Amino acid sequence: MRRFSWFNATSLTIGFAFLYLPMVLLVIYSFNESRLVTVWAGFSTKWYGELLRDEAFLDAAWVTLKVGVFSSTLATLLGTMAAYVLVRAGRFHGRTLFSGMIYAPLVMPEVITGLSLLLLFIGIGLDRGVFTIVLAHTTFSMCYVSVVVSSRLTSFDRSLEEAALDLGCSPFEAFRLVTLPIIAPAVISGWLLAFTLSLDDLVIASFTTGPSATTLPIKIFSAVRLGVSPQINALSTILIGIVTVGVITASVITKRAAVAQARDEQAAARTE
Amino acid sequence: MRRAFLIAVPYIWLLLLFLVPFLIVLKISLSDVALARPPYMPQLDLSTGWDGIKAFFSELDFENFVFLTTDSLYWKSYLSSVKIAGLSTLITLCVGYPLAYGMARAPDEWRPTLLMLVILPFWTSFLIRVYSWMGILSTEGVLNSFLLWTGIIDEPLMIMNTPRAVYVGIVYTYLPFMVLPIYSALEKMDESLIEAAEDLGCSKLAAFWLVTWPLSKNGIIAGCFLVFIPALGEFVIPSLLGGSETLMIGKVLWEEFFNNRDWPVASAVAVILLLILIIPIVLFQRNEQKAREAEGQ
Repeated sequence: MRRFSWFNATSLTIGFAFLYLPMVLLVIYSFNESRLVTVWAGFSTKWYGELLRDEAFLDAAWVTLKVGVFSSTLATLLGTMAAYVLVRAGRFHGRTLFSGMIYAPLVMPEVITGLSLLLLFIGIGLDRGVFTIVLAHTTFSMCYVSVVVSSRLTSFDRSLEEAALDLGCSPFEAFRLVTLPIIAPAVISGWLLAFTLSLDDLVIASFTTGPSATTLPIKIFSAVRLGVSPQINALSTILIGIVTVGVITASVITKRAAVAQARDEQAAARTE
Repeated sequence: MRRAFLIAVPYIWLLLLFLVPFLIVLKISLSDVALARPPYMPQLDLSTGWDGIKAFFSELDFENFVFLTTDSLYWKSYLSSVKIAGLSTLITLCVGYPLAYGMARAPDEWRPTLLMLVILPFWTSFLIRVYSWMGILSTEGVLNSFLLWTGIIDEPLMIMNTPRAVYVGIVYTYLPFMVLPIYSALEKMDESLIEAAEDLGCSKLAAFWLVTWPLSKNGIIAGCFLVFIPALGEFVIPSLLGGSETLMIGKVLWEEFFNNRDWPVASAVAVILLLILIIPIVLFQRNEQKAREAEGQ
């Protein structure tokens, strides 16, 4: 059995300390009674209380959640379609442009995406608000979804679909009964990715929003522009907590699913 | 019929919300500022027919691009963005490689956990991860009070609101993008190659330099591009940590648009930024293609 060498243990410790120490400090100082980072004035949850009483933050959280759910659902739908087109549709006119438009947003600087969408929305006279942020987020996150889903589509055995068609399924039934269950994990992770990207986005949302809709990142950004804010420390701690619980739960579920699948496969092998 | 529908929906969506907006940026970058709503001219007026279109095109010019070359603020910002992005990519490599190496050589049962620990920050808000350094790097921050307390320094270090803080921010937030491709290259490597090299008389260091490093080259190149490309157009990190001293083009574009309300110049800045980015993006694509072909063999 392998063990950690002295060198590897050191580099892992330093690397992970660097990755996690800033967040740990943020969590610790969110419970600090004092407004200052360097003075520990005793344990207190007063910043959480202030945060939860602040209507503006609650409104922003609600807007962010709405935008996230709508845009990631729409992005998953469009992105899965796009992935299907990329992997299965074969040749068609303008295919190169299509795949270019799928990959370009992944490397496009956010400031440019935001600027160009804003200029479009102004050009066609669309009122800016939740709706325009949803349009903007859907556009860039559908590209991430299609990359995730298309990698799953390329790796799976096409003869399964053909078998379903031979056995009398319509193409739609074959998709629903065979393809969809197989690509489902990729579709779900695509949705989660799109949702996270949407919750996280400051730049594109700032460009495409109007006075009526403020998202959480926009609110955080304007609050911390001038320096550390204890309320934002509390908010960060809540968000870090949610993500940690979410990721751990997801990894436990996938691990269980993998174990169950391995057991099924073994059982199937025995009955043969 | 059904196939046409399947192609058309995402296609039209991307045309309308990705390509058309970009063409609008291109067009406005060739227009002039005007005191109007929207604040640029000429406006395309289709009601006057073909003459209107001709008049419209005759009024477009490269004035804004000429302006960008004459005002030193812009080319200085481009240069300093390239410098900051390039240097922080190198630092990220120096920090990320040992971490990726340690992960790839860790006991098998540890690896999934270590991998999750690298990915976890990626799911946490980018903005919050950048913000977390504000309390650490400021003059009265955690780092300075710690160093003063231990007596290593007598005066607080000025890091916050300088380019140094931007380096820290970029290295910190983009570290997972560097670690993951290097890790996957190192993990695939056959370790008996190292043993062979050592049996044949290589020292440990020589074996690393002659065997491990070249075999992880694809991961290193991929990681460097994944850090460099987004870092070049970065806005959040320079505006929160960099202060007014730090010139980065993403921030300049933002200020040109929101503070100066000069849309044509902001659009021209965007077009040039994209032209600069095309080089690393094409190189990155080529590297990925080569890696895929090598794997296919």
